[in-house]
Amino acid sequence: MFEKPLGMRDTLPALYEAKKKIRNAMSSQIESWGYQFIETPTLEYYETIGEASAILDRQLFKLLDSQGHTLVLRPDMTAPIARVAASRLYQGEYPQRIAYSANVFRAQQHEGGRPAEFEQIGVEYIGDTTTSADAEVISLMIASLKQAGLTNFTVPIGHIGYVKALFMEIVGNEARADVLQRYLYEKNYVGYREHVKKLPLSSIDKQRLLSLLQLRGNDSKIEKAKDLVECEEGKNAAAELEMLWKKLEAFGVTEHIKIDFNLVSHMSYYTGILFEVYAENVGFLVGNGGRYDHLFEKFDRPAPATGFGIRVDRLLEALDLPQEEPEIHCVIFSAEQREEAIRFAMSKREKGERVILQDIAGVKDVDACTNAFAKNTFFLGTTRKEEA
Amino acid sequence: MSDKLTIAMPKGRIFEEAAQLLVKAGYNLPPEFEDSRKLIIDVPDEPFRFMLAKPMDVTTYVEHGVADLGIAGKDVMLEEERDVYEVLDLQISKCYLAVAGLPDVKIKGVAPKIATKYPNIASSYFRENGEQVEIIKLNGSIELAPLIGLADRIVDIVSTGRTLKENGLVELEHIADITSRLIVNPVSYRLKDQQIDEIVERLSSVVSQ
Repeated sequence: MFEKPLGMRDTLPALYEAKKKIRNAMSSQIESWGYQFIETPTLEYYETIGEASAILDRQLFKLLDSQGHTLVLRPDMTAPIARVAASRLYQGEYPQRIAYSANVFRAQQHEGGRPAEFEQIGVEYIGDTTTSADAEVISLMIASLKQAGLTNFTVPIGHIGYVKALFMEIVGNEARADVLQRYLYEKNYVGYREHVKKLPLSSIDKQRLLSLLQLRGNDSKIEKAKDLVECEEGKNAAAELEMLWKKLEAFGVTEHIKIDFNLVSHMSYYTGILFEVYAENVGFLVGNGGRYDHLFEKFDRPAPATGFGIRVDRLLEALDLPQEEPEIHCVIFSAEQREEAIRFAMSKREKGERVILQDIAGVKDVDACTNAFAKNTFFLGTTRKEEA
Repeated sequence: MSDKLTIAMPKGRIFEEAAQLLVKAGYNLPPEFEDSRKLIIDVPDEPFRFMLAKPMDVTTYVEHGVADLGIAGKDVMLEEERDVYEVLDLQISKCYLAVAGLPDVKIKGVAPKIATKYPNIASSYFRENGEQVEIIKLNGSIELAPLIGLADRIVDIVSTGRTLKENGLVELEHIADITSRLIVNPVSYRLKDQQIDEIVERLSSVVSQ
């Protein structure tokens, strides 16, 4: 066996077919909402894309070009799309609705078996600050997951602005707020509670910080979140989620939605409403997204934006599709009937069948050859014979 | 797939303490699992079953979602850094991570050798303290390493200190306190939240704060 680099995988026909099915289902849904697909280069400059992306530096594949510039294999599609959308190349006015389906690259720290390259399908909705944009992105994500065949999944939605406002209000400075936020980011609720107990705060404030952990469930938690926070930013953030909920109701997707004010997907990238997708049968996150209003500042054209990205490999695992190779019809011919065989194959191909034309002179073991196909037709000598 | 939750439990001492805690929380567990060699144990009266794993592997099972919940030592969590929710400190199997070595031995060389079952914890601890060390990973009987000259010091968990004492070692530095934690797979935490919240609540009411 010739080895591949750590985390790199081959995709064989059966898996390829399954992935294609998912990709087609999702992209047709995304296109039907008016989003346009674009492609960007696999390699980007580290200084522009590597540093702007939400992916940790140690997960980037870096290399040098012949002039000594540091390049990265794109770790996500959001930063490249922001680069394109902010550039003059893209003449469009905001808001812009852009979609992508592309492989992204992330070096793996843990076991070598985890994929370091995987396909992501997603959208970016740029230039609209309203919660209508968030609602559209979340609803589109749900519609495209459903189109791919996913049924049992949950989308927890949170608001990083709420979390930050509550922390600032209670602990007073950003460094201390960051410590609390990091516990949530690391999903370490035990550490969070321990830390809160040790803070020099009134027991009321400590209780408020602990109550944040309870703000998880249905939309009734939004009201509770409003009561918990005093400052205007916090109240506004909760009100935003409330508006979002109403808009999601209008889209008819709230059966998949949960509210979770503890959701912290990233330490600094997201700026407002954010969400994740979890599905039955797969132990890991299927996709996520949210509002990232600061990314475009890095490309000198500030704009609000929101989007989602779905990992095709994880979705595939969740869907548990039968991985079947496509049915192929094999036409085996000998020289005497070459023309008839070609005509026959062409007519079948036009009807959408997948047809192989095989000169019998090129096959060593005819039985082994025919056994590999669902259907065989023989044009040998002067006879024609069909065999299922 | 069954509707029952799967709880990954560490084999051995922690299992008994954890099982006692569940009984205290009002769960009706079958009495005979002590001597069973089965790795998957059904709990007919309750909405969960147990799978028994090596303590070091519990976080792995939970991260991959084959177990919804797990009971894992904080030492394992620090070592493995798995993507799981740490929801409750069960306050059982209390111990701590420490650096130990032979008494009155001057460390020689530019990079003292450290033997440990926890290479990640050890290397980040010494890195944070600005010490240059060489880590040697062992799978057990760590105390042996300084006695026969494999390592200058060890990083290991200490509960009573008896093993150290009996082997003539002394504790040199305290790294972190350890207890067992209830951990949850991120997907289960979302999709089976009501079932999981109930277990968390019932357990947290019996855990001594």
